[in-house]
Amino acid sequence: MSDYLVQFNNISKFFGKVIALKDVTMKLKKGEIMCLLGDNGAGKSTLIKTLAGVYRPDEGEIIVEGKKTIFDSPKDALDMGIATVYQDLALVSLMSVTRNFFMGREPMKGPPFFKTFDIEKANKIAAERMGQIGIDVRDPSQAVGTMSGGERQCLAISRAIYFGAKVLVLDEPTSALGVHQASVVLKYIVKAASQGLAVILITHNVHHAYPVGNSFTVLNRGKSLGTYEKKDISREKLLSMMAGGEELNKLEVELREMNRSPTN
Amino acid sequence: MSTKSKSIETKTDFNQDERLKKVSKLRLLLNRPELGALGGAILVFIFFGIVAGDTGMFSAYGVLNFLDVSANLGIIAIAAAMLMIGGEFDLSIGSMIGFAGICIAIPAIYWGWPLWMSIIFAFSMAVLVGYFNGILVVRTGLPSFIVTLAMLFILRGATLAITRLITGRTQVPGLRVLIEDDPLAWIFATDTFKWVFTWLGSMNLIALRTDGTPLATGIPPSVIWFIALAIITTWILMKTRYGNWIFASGGDKNGANNVGVPVGRVKISLFIGTAVAATIFATIQVLDAGSADTMRGTLKELEAIAAAVVGGCLLTGGYGSAIGAAFGALIFGTVSMGIFYTDVDTDWFKVFLGAMMLIAVIFNNYIRRKVTESK
Repeated sequence: MSDYLVQFNNISKFFGKVIALKDVTMKLKKGEIMCLLGDNGAGKSTLIKTLAGVYRPDEGEIIVEGKKTIFDSPKDALDMGIATVYQDLALVSLMSVTRNFFMGREPMKGPPFFKTFDIEKANKIAAERMGQIGIDVRDPSQAVGTMSGGERQCLAISRAIYFGAKVLVLDEPTSALGVHQASVVLKYIVKAASQGLAVILITHNVHHAYPVGNSFTVLNRGKSLGTYEKKDISREKLLSMMAGGEELNKLEVELREMNRSPTN
Repeated sequence: MSTKSKSIETKTDFNQDERLKKVSKLRLLLNRPELGALGGAILVFIFFGIVAGDTGMFSAYGVLNFLDVSANLGIIAIAAAMLMIGGEFDLSIGSMIGFAGICIAIPAIYWGWPLWMSIIFAFSMAVLVGYFNGILVVRTGLPSFIVTLAMLFILRGATLAITRLITGRTQVPGLRVLIEDDPLAWIFATDTFKWVFTWLGSMNLIALRTDGTPLATGIPPSVIWFIALAIITTWILMKTRYGNWIFASGGDKNGANNVGVPVGRVKISLFIGTAVAATIFATIQVLDAGSADTMRGTLKELEAIAAAVVGGCLLTGGYGSAIGAAFGALIFGTVSMGIFYTDVDTDWFKVFLGAMMLIAVIFNNYIRRKVTESK
């Protein structure tokens, strides 16, 4: 059974009387991309924060590489190799690519007490890493603010991988992006998974999730509506399973009605 | 280990995006925050070179004079700039100057402490005040503008009240006699490179007094402190991990926190930095004047922030440079002294200061847009 890299079993989280999450189970193998789908208010944010170690689940267990663990802080999760890339990406747009890449984890050189930030090495690694994903950063000392949204997303993911992530938790990585940018990011996510990472992709966009995901978990009002292998479910079925799907069907009907009855 | 060859190497490794323009050296330079202040300083020198070139302004004595004024302001401006890069303000710098002066003078004169002990006491108080400012801002999440504005009043009021309570007056004179033979005071009170000036005097290259000693006796301690601080802080910002954390804390507090930067500790240390810089300023001035005045340093916090802004610091944090603030201070110091050598009434200095700052803010704003512009 422990060929799973990470397992979240029957995770529940309550805030007072509010049941934010109830019995959510997710299991990931190496190289697998699981898409977590849900409309706004489905409990995605709570789940992300639980995965990242910000919240402690009130029920359920987290098993990483066969060992049962408890995350007391985001640092614990990170130390276990579970890296979360939030929507704000934790990038400072006024700072350079390199300074962002190594923010908080700067490579050092020099004798003890006189250690300095090894900016040459950092520049080299940052440029190399960005180059590997096909982003030419011309000059790694340029500000992140000059990069496109997709490039920033890739930078944040690349940084997480460089610092030893085994499980990547990506929070809406494509929501703010155009079609081309989104496809660049998705391509990069697939590539990361093919190198042995497990990826949890959180999104409300089925069209982005379906092509890249191996399995899909749909979340609705804090409960999991089940996990499906790609072969077992269609894009349309997924869409209608999300609360948004029903809404859209209703909307379609309503629009048809409107068209039928001629109005001014 | 030339970085130039390296950047060329890496460039050829990647396929160039055809939509990119080549970035010229000039543009890279334009992206540096201190450029505006450097240009401003050069303009100021050209201006006074033309207007006041034949007066005593650029004699050894004149130069040391405006350097001294610039350096004093520069010491606090650099610390203010570091804090601004870290995303916070300190409006209590001026009051801290007055408070620190009293912390030196009262123990030394009224309690009979040795001068070195009084100086250490003043610096300890500075660390406490800075720590208090910092912890209050970090813990409460209130804007530092408000927290340190409160501290501005509290410190100034306490300085006045305590001094009057203990001494019955608002000034404490009589420190000069204590400086000699003190093991610590010389760091804040000694002119250096005296031999250079003696030599220059003996060669009749600089103006002499009637007794044959040169008019300018040596580099004042403020200038040495100023240069040392400018170098150290620039090194910290550019070359150390802590420097990266300062930029990160000011640029995006939450982002920095999420990747493990101890934002709170960084900010607290920067608040301690401004209070300590104010105390360096105060110590130099108190030992130079031989007395402490409760009103010393009034409005200095605003001058320091103005110099930092002229030096390229953004009011929103995350961007700026220490050397820029140093140039900003040099501009203000040079103009405030240089104006005496021109026919212009000195009342106009404040007008200049305000106009300079306004131009700088507009310029900085433009630069920030350029830097963060998406392609």
